[in-house]
Amino acid sequence: MRITCPHCGNRGLEEFTYTQDAERTRPTDGGATPTPEWADYIYLRDNLKGPRKEYWYHSAGCHAWLIVERDVSTHEILSVRLP
Amino acid sequence: MRYSAFSVLTQALRGHTGWKPAWRKAAPAPSYDVIVIGGGGGGLATAYYLAKNHPEVGRIALLEKGWLGGGNIGRNTTIIRSNYMLPGNEPFYEFSMKLWEGLEQDFNYNAMVSQRGIYNLYHSDAQRDAYARRGNSMLLHGADAQLLDRAQLRRELPYLNYDNARFPVQGALVQRRAGTARHDAVAWGYARGADQRGVDIIENCEVLGILQEDGKAVGVETTRGVIRAGKIGMAVAGASSLLAAKAGLRLPIESHALQAFVSEGLKPLIDTVITFGAGHFYISQSDKGGLVFGGDIDGYNSYAQRGNLPVIEDVCEGGMALMPMIGRARLLRSWGGLMDMSMDGSPIIDKTPVENLFINAGWCYGGFKATPASGFCFAHLIARGAPHEVAGAYRLARFAEGKLIDEKGVGAQPNLH
Repeated sequence: MRITCPHCGNRGLEEFTYTQDAERTRPTDGGATPTPEWADYIYLRDNLKGPRKEYWYHSAGCHAWLIVERDVSTHEILSVRLP
Repeated sequence: MRYSAFSVLTQALRGHTGWKPAWRKAAPAPSYDVIVIGGGGGGLATAYYLAKNHPEVGRIALLEKGWLGGGNIGRNTTIIRSNYMLPGNEPFYEFSMKLWEGLEQDFNYNAMVSQRGIYNLYHSDAQRDAYARRGNSMLLHGADAQLLDRAQLRRELPYLNYDNARFPVQGALVQRRAGTARHDAVAWGYARGADQRGVDIIENCEVLGILQEDGKAVGVETTRGVIRAGKIGMAVAGASSLLAAKAGLRLPIESHALQAFVSEGLKPLIDTVITFGAGHFYISQSDKGGLVFGGDIDGYNSYAQRGNLPVIEDVCEGGMALMPMIGRARLLRSWGGLMDMSMDGSPIIDKTPVENLFINAGWCYGGFKATPASGFCFAHLIARGAPHEVAGAYRLARFAEGKLIDEKGVGAQPNLH
């Protein structure tokens, strides 16, 4: 996999750190008390095949956070943009 | 046919013309009392122990979408061990280790279980203390463990790089009862044992949907038609979320790619299993002579059954730091498999919110060693409706309740387990 960073251009995977799914919705309450919504947010995943948006960090490059759209079935990078 | 030295000798004299297939090619019946989904290690072991220990459950079928043993049971690094620390884990893995020790006699099949030991190397005082703690936990749970200092280790493994200034090898935690097993033979042995006890093993039968009536699972829709069932057990690690979604469930699991490697065949060189403590690298040597080794998962979600080059480089660097002698060996093959990475690094053996639907999932990249206990405990759960005593912590609800079993303490970040 190679990712085209908007700042640095096309770079190898080893420069980037995957962090998480970029489309999860954080519960809006402050989290002062445990709720089923918080448990679902923290622990449950759809984890399906196909394209999804993810946060990647250009850790060995410009340190930008990126939203990478990637097909988890094929590893094809569909788009890269800044958040 | 029972396998024995006598049967091998008799067949040798007959030119090996009398061997029978190890299991029947069963066609699906309209209904069963129990259906196990997944013809990998976990599913086959479950079917075997259901038929052997709980014959009262009735007719059993095992459904496999491809061919038996074509998933992770046939593409792992074959290590068996019980060197865990936490109370929720160690009794389970030690139970599994004990089952490994009697497995071949139990299912009358040569699984080439070899208790050649495992050495977990430590490289700092802090790591030594952590391993001492882990070893003590193992001893308290009835497993074996031994802490070696540098001089003792050097007598046993003289070929490691003891001059590594950055990551000095200071010693190792050893479990001598650990070792390796022939992974494919484990699948075949369980399949044969289950078949002999009446289980219908149905290959090329993909589950397309879980049929529900009044919130209860009552059967499955497959590529070979509808099959009804009293109880259904899912053992499809790597694809658990995809199957669970068919029953309307979301799981605390992400699928990740793990790569493994084998070198060209070499003369006997490494007679044990060694893990590097300063990076993620583990190695053993197969009976064919290939060095079998691996490291970390790739670190991003994947259903591609292959990884990328940076992890290959990282794993090989770990190997070179530990034992530079392997540097001239050529890599023969590398491959990738799908791991059910759970949110705490530990598995799930439990009922689901859908009545009569049971789940065995979340094995991360440690499922092979667990195969016997995984099947044993899942069969117990399906038959009795209550967890086996060594698997009682592997509940689906433990995440929401905060009762995690997190050996590394890294939290709900599956790519770091």
